[in-house]
Amino acid sequence: MLTRAEVDHVARLARLELSDEEAERMAVELSNVLDHIDRIRELDLEGVEPTSHVVDVVNALRADEPWPSLRREVALAQAPEPVDGGFGVPSPGASE
Amino acid sequence: MSGELFELTAAQAAAAVRAGELDPGELFDAYRARAAADALNAYLWVADGPGTGPPASEPAASSAPLGGVPLAVKDLFCTEGVPSQAGSRILEGYRPPYTATVVRKLAEAGAPLLGKTNQDEFAMGSSNENSGFGPVRNPWDQTRVPGGSSGGSAAAVAAGSAPWALGTDTGGSIRQPAAMCGIVGLKPTYGACSRFGMIAFASSLDQAGPLTRDVTDAALLLRHMVGHDPCDSTSLQFPEEIRLPSREDLRGVRLGVPEELIGAEGGVEPGVRKSFDQTLALAEQLGASVEPCRLPHAPHALSAYYLIAPAEASANLARFDGVRYGLRVDGDGDLISMYSRTRSAGFGAEVKRRIMLGTYALSSGYYDAYYGSAQRVRTKIADDFRAVFETIDFVVAPTSPWTAFELGAKADDPLAMYLNDFCTVPMSLAGIPAVSIPSGLADGLPVGFQLAGPAFSENRLLDTAFALERAIGFDASPARAASEVSR
Repeated sequence: MLTRAEVDHVARLARLELSDEEAERMAVELSNVLDHIDRIRELDLEGVEPTSHVVDVVNALRADEPWPSLRREVALAQAPEPVDGGFGVPSPGASE
Repeated sequence: MSGELFELTAAQAAAAVRAGELDPGELFDAYRARAAADALNAYLWVADGPGTGPPASEPAASSAPLGGVPLAVKDLFCTEGVPSQAGSRILEGYRPPYTATVVRKLAEAGAPLLGKTNQDEFAMGSSNENSGFGPVRNPWDQTRVPGGSSGGSAAAVAAGSAPWALGTDTGGSIRQPAAMCGIVGLKPTYGACSRFGMIAFASSLDQAGPLTRDVTDAALLLRHMVGHDPCDSTSLQFPEEIRLPSREDLRGVRLGVPEELIGAEGGVEPGVRKSFDQTLALAEQLGASVEPCRLPHAPHALSAYYLIAPAEASANLARFDGVRYGLRVDGDGDLISMYSRTRSAGFGAEVKRRIMLGTYALSSGYYDAYYGSAQRVRTKIADDFRAVFETIDFVVAPTSPWTAFELGAKADDPLAMYLNDFCTVPMSLAGIPAVSIPSGLADGLPVGFQLAGPAFSENRLLDTAFALERAIGFDASPARAASEVSR
């Protein structure tokens, strides 16, 4: 069972702000899912190589040649706060 | 030919256009009108005309291979200048500055953009109830879900408001809604189609694929989707051209039925099982051999999937932070609170749940026990399939353990919802192609029959599906079902 403190910690890592009600429900729901998932611990996986990717490709490199990318004004067109040709954000300040 | 126009499959319509018997403008307008009048909430945006869509779609399609037959596209495919929101409020109104490679390729081959279809938010869901823009309804019974996450695409094709559609499949999101809506859905081999411009959910699993009325349409669409894309380094050159299927018998074809996927834990409904068994009998009549096979690690696929996919999602969805596009909600004047407020306001409950699950699985102290183990299970599942394919040609199983369920029936139980994917996630983890075809009705609702083959076996897979499709002769449709009820 996930504790409320664990839920709050993970939410902070994930940059999510959960209401009390959301956090309580999350603890129960995630615990149920993790209980199911925990069955994989029954398996003997000693010495098994992990698969991160099913495609048999190693080091897919392309030629290092410049090609056109989005123009600055196009890239900024959907930004909530374009500032001086860049993305504006609030001050990082003293975080956490 | 306006009334009969809707009776044509996409391949038939394309052929009629190329033969000069059908005007592509008339075809587009007819479907546009139906899409605009859609009552299932299947569409989030509908084009004004064949040129409204993103790239060089060719209105004069009479010589293009896809004949100007319009295409409905899942919302998460970026389409230049056209809303592409991945079913999420955090991207409400977002109009990307570029178009996904597969959408561009299909437009260039003569399939102009008809509309953007509703989906579970960021493709996380099996019922379409997780859309930020309301659920899609199943055309067979509007009190039921269409499946998900590509539920809008499936419902549109099944209801006849789109000739064909594009979806994405991460753990079953093409195959399962295709099954629940009584159409064909194909998840290609991982790497067969470019993922460039698909708003990412789980990058090692996501694949684009067709949702169509029949197997031939799926092959025709796939033919123009595959290929290496310099913008997606995991995309590969498909080793052969995708052919239109033509096989009529199944002599010499060996089908394997994995006992792990047809029985107990997935809780396959009796009606689904009955249709599955009837289809196996038909396959034998066509000359196929049907034998049991073992995928010993398949019962653990769901666990591995629900660690790997949320882990990848938690990283992929870090980009939605109120800085470059989409929603921003101001915080307490600092950056971190702006991030947190924005994400909390913009993401729905299921997306938050998966971000939390993924973040937890990747967090310090749990990484190896969860994510590491899941990656090792993934290896075992891929090995299971490799071993099976040494003696048999295709693995067959029900696509979904159940037919379409009532809206809200599983909405409060995430684990029950996840069990929906029991029969589809093993193939996703192994990266192999799988297709769902309608095999009949159970209590008036469509049932899907799934076939999976080795990587890049799409031509053989579609040929086999084609032969079975002919033998099954599924000709029910939501419209016909409705008229029989009213009679």
